[in-house]
Amino acid sequence: MTSRATTDTRGPAISVSHLTKRFGDRVAFDDVSFEIAYGEVFGFLGPNGAGKTTTVRTLGTLLAPTAGSATVAGLPLTPHNGVEIRRRIAIMPESPGLYQRLSVRENLDCFADLYGIDEPRDRIKNALESVGLSDRVNDRCGELSKGLRQRVALARALLSDPEVLFLDEPTSGLDPVAARDVHDLIGQLRERGVTIFLTTHRLEEAQRLCDRVAILNTTLLSIGRPDDLRDKLFAQTLKVVTTEPLAEPGAVFAKIADVTKWQQEAGSTYLLTVRDSRATAPVVTRALLAAGADVVSISEQEHSLEDVYLQLVDEANGQ
Amino acid sequence: MKLNVRRVRAIMLKELRDYSRNRPIIWAMFLFPVIFTVQPLISIFAATGLTAAALSGRHELLFMLGVPILVPATLAAYAVAGERLQETLEPVLETPITREEFLVGKALAVFVPSVIISYIVFAVYIVVVSLAKPDIAPGLFGADDIIVQIVFTPLLAAFSIWVGIAISTRAGDPRTAQQLSVLSSLPVFFIAILLAFNVIAPSLELAIFLGALLLIADIVGWRLIVPLFDRERLISGAH
Repeated sequence: MTSRATTDTRGPAISVSHLTKRFGDRVAFDDVSFEIAYGEVFGFLGPNGAGKTTTVRTLGTLLAPTAGSATVAGLPLTPHNGVEIRRRIAIMPESPGLYQRLSVRENLDCFADLYGIDEPRDRIKNALESVGLSDRVNDRCGELSKGLRQRVALARALLSDPEVLFLDEPTSGLDPVAARDVHDLIGQLRERGVTIFLTTHRLEEAQRLCDRVAILNTTLLSIGRPDDLRDKLFAQTLKVVTTEPLAEPGAVFAKIADVTKWQQEAGSTYLLTVRDSRATAPVVTRALLAAGADVVSISEQEHSLEDVYLQLVDEANGQ
Repeated sequence: MKLNVRRVRAIMLKELRDYSRNRPIIWAMFLFPVIFTVQPLISIFAATGLTAAALSGRHELLFMLGVPILVPATLAAYAVAGERLQETLEPVLETPITREEFLVGKALAVFVPSVIISYIVFAVYIVVVSLAKPDIAPGLFGADDIIVQIVFTPLLAAFSIWVGIAISTRAGDPRTAQQLSVLSSLPVFFIAILLAFNVIAPSLELAIFLGALLLIADIVGWRLIVPLFDRERLISGAH
């Protein structure tokens, strides 16, 4: 595979503007806009039926958008550009979709021809090595486990050395070791500058792998770096634990300007809402010591991407 | 329309490999040829006192045109419905292949074995009858019968393939598609039977007329099939 620079002058790898897809009266996704830079790992999250797979199929030229516009791998998303866009991208669908009666090699041979790959033997060898399947090349796909089939599908997606790689639930049904291998592979692809559009239900996967994430529930709920989304949605919180409950906690915390709110969680545990947790933690420590309290710990209360996701989806669902 | 030969060949080879390991497909490939070879041979070998003169006017070989009608109908019905069943259609359509290339690859994978099998069946029949019953062979087939077989076999196979693929793009599962496809091809087979048993008197003019009609049907069939193959409907199931 060729190496690509992460900083790129080609413009965005994917640019989507007010894209909408309807099937009759049913709205699959509506008025979606975002941009993805070359070399970025972009997570696309959302509940079942949110329109994630339909978005991937639309950007992959399988479905025509109802409204809006997009460019994929530098080409406008039009029926005329379908073949050329598909030449530059690869999609690994959620279901591996392998020919069960054909061997791993026969499956990859077929797709190497469909992509018009020169020297397919070398490319197939490299792709299989990338997913750790070199020793299963002559096995029939129907005889492989689900996890191995998923890996063959990933090898198939890597065959064409795509500029943009769409991965639809790539670790679905994989055991933790196989999922870790896929994560490592995504990391390697990112190093090579491949743009990755990752659709996943696994929020810890998105948090770990993605530069930015978008949360979709028919409409785009939010987009940004996982940390930014968290900061935007949740105030920073310090968790304070003392050996004994404070006699007058209000008197201690109210004196600290950066503490906007506080609550006693249980016994001698307090949650303080602050503007800047790192700057405020030493101030809180000093105030507690001055009040004669013995401090066990002061820690930042972390909100995960899962908290962000659930908050946004619940808001969208009116809960 | 410009076709990429490598992509067409990729689909064709993949299909042929898949057929060769698909037991129901292998059965279909051999069942009809066996029926259409054995039945006429039995009727000839079981009958006594047949003479070439008494048989003149019968065109047993035309009955055997059932092979290039029914074998491709069965195989072609599997073409798209089988891919949907295996969930393999989406990955293929995500490659740079055009629908024309996909359909031509699929059609060739059915056409080539169907025509070869048909010619083998005819050859077996002609050789067996000529060697075992040389006295009545001239009454059963002449040079004109053989030319008709050679010309009509690919025309009929192409027609059945388009019918089969058309049904396959619309059917929910391969078995339903196969049943509908064979059923849809039967009217053409009945015409062959009527000609074989002289209910409709065969003639050169009729042969040219039917040949031209089939050729037009094959061309029109191709033009109708391409728009029927709608990526969006096939992937999303939308109507």
